[in-house]
Amino acid sequence: MTANSTSEPILQATGLVKTFGRVVGLDGVDLELHHGEVLAVIGDNGAGKSTLIKCLTGAEVPDEGEIRLEGERVHFKRPQDARAHGIETVYQTLAVSPALDVAANLFLGRELRKPGPLGTVLRAVDKKRMRQRAKEELAALGITTLQDVTVPVENLSGGQRQAVAVARAAAFGSKVVVLDEPTAALGVRESQQVLEMIANLRDRGVPVILISHNMPQVFEVADRIHIQRLGKRAAVITPKTHSMTDAVAIMTGAAQEDPR
Amino acid sequence: MNQHAAAPSGPDLAEEFLDRSTPLGAIRNLLHRYPAISPAVVLIAAVAVFGALNERFLEPSNLSLVSQQVAVVGTLALAQTLVILTAGIDLSVGAVMVLGSMVVAQTTVQNGVPAPVGLALGLAVGLGAGALNGFLVTRLKLPPFIVTLGSLNVFLALTLLYSGGATVRGGDMPALLTLTGETFAVGGVNVTVGVVMMLVLYIALALILQGTAWGRHVYACGDDPEAARLAGIRVQRVLASVYLAAGAILAVAAWIQIGRSNAASPNTGVDLNLDSITAVVIGGTSLFGGRGTVWGTLLGALIVGVFRNGLSLVGVDVLWQTFAVGVLIIAAVSIDQWIRKART
Repeated sequence: MTANSTSEPILQATGLVKTFGRVVGLDGVDLELHHGEVLAVIGDNGAGKSTLIKCLTGAEVPDEGEIRLEGERVHFKRPQDARAHGIETVYQTLAVSPALDVAANLFLGRELRKPGPLGTVLRAVDKKRMRQRAKEELAALGITTLQDVTVPVENLSGGQRQAVAVARAAAFGSKVVVLDEPTAALGVRESQQVLEMIANLRDRGVPVILISHNMPQVFEVADRIHIQRLGKRAAVITPKTHSMTDAVAIMTGAAQEDPR
Repeated sequence: MNQHAAAPSGPDLAEEFLDRSTPLGAIRNLLHRYPAISPAVVLIAAVAVFGALNERFLEPSNLSLVSQQVAVVGTLALAQTLVILTAGIDLSVGAVMVLGSMVVAQTTVQNGVPAPVGLALGLAVGLGAGALNGFLVTRLKLPPFIVTLGSLNVFLALTLLYSGGATVRGGDMPALLTLTGETFAVGGVNVTVGVVMMLVLYIALALILQGTAWGRHVYACGDDPEAARLAGIRVQRVLASVYLAAGAILAVAAWIQIGRSNAASPNTGVDLNLDSITAVVIGGTSLFGGRGTVWGTLLGALIVGVFRNGLSLVGVDVLWQTFAVGVLIIAAVSIDQWIRKART
């Protein structure tokens, strides 16, 4: 899973338009995500970051434009559609169920059943296997701070909860993982852990889209940066060729850049 | 697995976020993880105190009486637990049970329907009532409190209209209907079939809630419906199924009630909706949803039964019994609030 197939993006959006009444959220946006990269999406408030991501993950349906996943045209009507295609999203609201334990949260909504009639007829869930898989998944992401997967999530710190959410996405996001402001609710050290997880995901070959306000974090972890401005893609830059000051200048319109 | 040595030095482990600094904090964390402990302690203490105050309390005949008194409320409370776990509430449980019992009794005694068919009709009433409550909560998005306050009155009126206010005596019914009142001895204590049925329902629901995906989803929907939705759970469908399941349990409660009072009366058990909520709350299930167990509810129902029975044996006025139950409720909810603060 190296970046040999750079010719074809795994996820490609072209000419996305989304209006809310008279407000134009997206005004013909293009986006490409390649294999094995972390693509950051940044932009000022109201630049259309959230709307763009919602269109890619099925939370909103674009008015115009097309989305291609591995070259195939896809139409997402609801989040489940995107998920069924292997696109998993981590939300900034720490969307986990506090009273359930770590393993139960990882498999929430797609519990593993016991083999044989116990599972098929009585629909019994296989707690042992889910706990085992949860441990493996967390270990694969390099999350060493969650030894006990039977702890209720509410006993965890914000960073650990986000780790659970990221692990859930990684476990099932076979093609793309989207993280919407994953560090917004977190402290400095916890944010760092999440960034490490993102890097880990990429190293496992899972391409990541990261939406963030936090410039230093974006520049630390992203391979390419998609800058959104006034409902359009203003530029795509890399941390190697541009500085944070350049990025802010493009975001605010102080500098122009070829939007490719 | 990874040993602790492999983890970065200490402070990030989950344990850090549990307050173990004081003995009180440690107790709170224990109660937080096992919410059924506090009602169990209260029940054991109550049994010990009443047993010491009055030697008749622990006699087999009295324990048998307590178990029979708990059977109906305990079954209603089981249905109530399911609804409260989703952060809802069902004020109509008593009314649905009474309507169900009247339909079972009248169709068999007056319309000459075979007893099994009569019971099936009772089940249909329970399921129908659950479907109605569930429809109003999930489709019209009305708060469960309002929905069931309305349906409580609707079902009460239907019961009186249908029965004409008349009681059907157990002696006139086929034996199958009063089977739930039959007793057999277990170690000197007379146990009714109704008590056994209640216990079987508890075991079944406990297994379902802990061991199936549906059970986990019930907790998740009550805990944080938005998080459940984002995890791909169809929250409205789970809620509707919960009210339906509660209706089925209420139909069984109707059967137990007929055996317990050896009659079907439109006026008996109407006020049990509040007792069922009391049992659930004392049992440590949170009214905010997502937290609690059916075993806590069983303990809660037993506590209320033991308090009422014990206080009357000691010779305390019935009004003071009600007073004591009221104090229990407030104490139980206070403890729940205190336990919830254990989260950081």
